[in-house]
Amino acid sequence: MMRTLFALAIAACLASPLAAETLRMAVTTSFHNSGLSDVLLPEIAKDTGLDVQLVVVGTGQAIRLGEAGDVDAILVHSRKAEEAFLAAGYGTHRREIMYNDFAIIGPSSDPATIAEDAETATDALRRIANVQAPFASRGDDSGTHKKELALWAAAGIDAAQRTPDWYKEAGAGMGATLNTASGLNAYVLADRASWLNFANKGELALLFAGDPVLFNQYAFLPVNPAKHAHVKAEAAAMLEGWLTSPRAAQLINGYTINGETLFAFNAE
Amino acid sequence: MLEIWLGIKAAFWLVVTLDADLIEIAARSLLVTLSAVAIAAAIALPLGAWLAVGRYRFRRLVIAVLNALMGLPPVVVGLVVYLMLSRSGPFGVMGLLFTPWAMIIAQVIILTPLIASIAHQSIRDLWAEYHDLLISLNTSRGQRIKTLLWDSRRALLTAALAGFGRGIGEVGAIMIVGGNIDHATRVMTTAIALETSKGDFALAIGLGFVLVGLALTVSILIHMLSGTEVRDRW
Repeated sequence: MMRTLFALAIAACLASPLAAETLRMAVTTSFHNSGLSDVLLPEIAKDTGLDVQLVVVGTGQAIRLGEAGDVDAILVHSRKAEEAFLAAGYGTHRREIMYNDFAIIGPSSDPATIAEDAETATDALRRIANVQAPFASRGDDSGTHKKELALWAAAGIDAAQRTPDWYKEAGAGMGATLNTASGLNAYVLADRASWLNFANKGELALLFAGDPVLFNQYAFLPVNPAKHAHVKAEAAAMLEGWLTSPRAAQLINGYTINGETLFAFNAE
Repeated sequence: MLEIWLGIKAAFWLVVTLDADLIEIAARSLLVTLSAVAIAAAIALPLGAWLAVGRYRFRRLVIAVLNALMGLPPVVVGLVVYLMLSRSGPFGVMGLLFTPWAMIIAQVIILTPLIASIAHQSIRDLWAEYHDLLISLNTSRGQRIKTLLWDSRRALLTAALAGFGRGIGEVGAIMIVGGNIDHATRVMTTAIALETSKGDFALAIGLGFVLVGLALTVSILIHMLSGTEVRDRW
């Protein structure tokens, strides 16, 4: 009995990865939580025969995995970190694929009145800081976290002013941070895709979006085979070709949740 | 509270419809943890017996360290195993990272001290009882260890099941070294963590119920197969 079960389990575990050439790609939680990967991966497998395995982490960890050569490519959204990655020779090049946008989510009672009064994203953050309304931060060195910190800096509110009694660093992924925000009825910066797919909204609502500074560019960076000879450079090139093809454009632009378009394809 | 009812419903439908994804991750959970328990027990049981029977320097210190290692934080084990297996680490060339093998390695490290400690404890008690007899029969150390292992098999089964319990519910280490990759390294616990992060508490808790059921089934099965608690046997 146990032996049969065991044999079955082994078969189940070995069957799928051997079927096609596999490529490991580190992607950000926000990309994965959007649900777009569930649409793209089967199509990639059908068109190119590549079995793309996603390691879902924050941008900070994704870049570390790329530097260590533990993945073949990364798909992230933090330009400065990407450029540092390239400058150190860990990646061959950077290819822009698509963008989505960030939004400021918060309690529908909106104590900082950002939905009505805020002109820009930085103005919205300033208003939140002024009333010291609870704010949940990713705090995990991810692309979204870096974006949020850049916005705080632009708003002129430094780390010392963001006291822990209202500014809560979750130190977690997008979904977990949204859970925290939902529990505390706090404001939070989230990408639109994760927000729309998030099931535990509670009393939260999307309060502010549309400022061009909130646009969020995703880029594909293959890991440099000169640094790590074992990486599958050819498979990565094939994937890049697919991600920038008209077929990908159609699927990415056509992906909607509740009728809302989430991503805009902009590869050249 | 509502989520718990929805979770029970979700668990029920997942099991009744034999959901393909559920079967796959449940099978992988079992494969990883049962392999880890088997390897860890093969190391830990003789080690526990040897530690009980042997007389050596720093005996108390060794036992104290072993007991302390029962509390090894899985996330730290995961991180160390990650650094070892990473392409930039000493065992990187083997390419084991983000495979079920990496998860088994991490769990063996977590489970071995736990199983060895429990085994040592029960074998030591039995050794106190058997000491004079086994000495007077002029047995070798190997024979003593074999006798003690066989006669305390029931307690050792408990040790192995404790290891299974810790392994099947573990998430910190396997998340880091396995990467929670769909159709490659996703198991029950990492799937629960993922659904929680998506805010889908009903599915998460549904998977949780299935996991508890799975652990229960394995435990009962092992007890049945090893014929414990039958009439006058133990």
